[in-house]
Amino acid sequence: MAKPQGNHVQLLIGTRKGAFTLTSDPVRSTWKLEGPLYLGHIVYHYMVDPRDASSQIMAMKAGHLGPTVFFSKDGGKTWKESSKPPQFPKAVTHENGKPDPDKNIAEMDADKSGETGKEGGADGKKDGSAVSVVFWLSPGHETQPGVWYAGSAPPGMFITTDGGDTWTPVEGFNKYCQDTDGLHGEGETPGGQLTHSILIDPRDPNHMYVSISVGGTFESHDAGATWKPLNKGVEAEWLPDPEAEHGHDPHFVVMHPADPDRLYQQNHCGIYRMDRKDGKWIRVGNNMPKEIGDIGFPIVTHPHDVNRAWVFPMDGTTVWPRTSPGGRPAVYETTDAGESWHRHDLGLPTEHGYFTVKRQAMCADAQLPMGLYFGTTGGEIWGSLDEGKSFDCIVRHLPEIYSITATLV
Amino acid sequence: MLVHIPSPLRSYTNGASKVEAEGTSVDEMLDHLDKQFPGIKFRMIDEQSRMRQHIRIFVNKDTVETVKAPLKSADEVRIICALSGG
Repeated sequence: MAKPQGNHVQLLIGTRKGAFTLTSDPVRSTWKLEGPLYLGHIVYHYMVDPRDASSQIMAMKAGHLGPTVFFSKDGGKTWKESSKPPQFPKAVTHENGKPDPDKNIAEMDADKSGETGKEGGADGKKDGSAVSVVFWLSPGHETQPGVWYAGSAPPGMFITTDGGDTWTPVEGFNKYCQDTDGLHGEGETPGGQLTHSILIDPRDPNHMYVSISVGGTFESHDAGATWKPLNKGVEAEWLPDPEAEHGHDPHFVVMHPADPDRLYQQNHCGIYRMDRKDGKWIRVGNNMPKEIGDIGFPIVTHPHDVNRAWVFPMDGTTVWPRTSPGGRPAVYETTDAGESWHRHDLGLPTEHGYFTVKRQAMCADAQLPMGLYFGTTGGEIWGSLDEGKSFDCIVRHLPEIYSITATLV
Repeated sequence: MLVHIPSPLRSYTNGASKVEAEGTSVDEMLDHLDKQFPGIKFRMIDEQSRMRQHIRIFVNKDTVETVKAPLKSADEVRIICALSGG
């Protein structure tokens, strides 16, 4: 196995209508677009394995068909569908709470008997969940080749140890969601209740964070067996209890690659930073200009500087347009961990630019100077080769962009 | 029995729009399909044995509501990706 290397930056792009790759020349001045892969399929997340350049993985579904995962072992030349995609356990429906091979939750739905077992429910929810979307993919720890984690809607977490072919539930997390009020709902993705931002501590494969939109951020120290909420300090205007342990709405959480104890979060209710030893989120988005606000979906960190991060603010006023405030798109950068923010809009439209950037659709490469990229729901990809100070449109006319990840080839 | 495959699922059947399958119930027929074309069943039926939202299965001219619906060898099955607008 060799880690991704080379002098060409490649962006892996997941869209509502398939996947694409965008590959640069060595100085990132020209780009070559290739694809689509799986035209017509919704590709939620498309990544290369940072431990093995030959391995790629894609979470997808089609409009009429169920969710699945595809993986490649030859750098994306050929793809294979998971023989066992992420799925919840079959519901328990027997009256004594034990599995009954002759019954399933669909029958309970059909006969409307209302008589359920201890855990199975005729409502088809309690222990009867079905994965609607595989929304998120995260590689496992450096020492665990072939391990990937997947996050789903309704909220669930799954693990593969063979590079994506067979998946099993992370029972501790899924049980935690099932047993906790408000953590097993479902909504229309990619805006509904779903699992995302699965973060593995590079110092300890058993230490991880996971977030749920309309759920909160959670932490495990035992490889996902048990979980505790980590939402202190996060605001949630819809929760009457300001000290509520969960029910918050993280849109994207990132662990800084240079300091795993530095976390940043773009939330429905602002931008936050946490130094893990403090155990409390600080709303650093309060330092954004008031006329811009601190609402958005993605947040990207610098590969080395723990105090640098970029956000893409969107209008969170009135009915939540979720477009660039005032029709003037801009990236905001902090160089002091959120204590102050600087606007960068050079090259971006100066009027009538109503961009929406989804949570996985903004990323950085690892070059010097760092490249910063974002994709819009209007199918444009914008790139900056000067660490976010100015932007050029690299590609237009793609389908609605769901995710971008950067690698090297 | 003859099974009609809708276009979104023909990537599993090597492009075939009609295939043969066996079974005394819709579930058994789908299991047999899945043995021939791995992965095809899960795209139609979720892990709780429910038909996915936009999948309909007709046996001869009648739609079936559950995968437990019985089948006879002379039946003809049509799998339909239901229109949902747009």
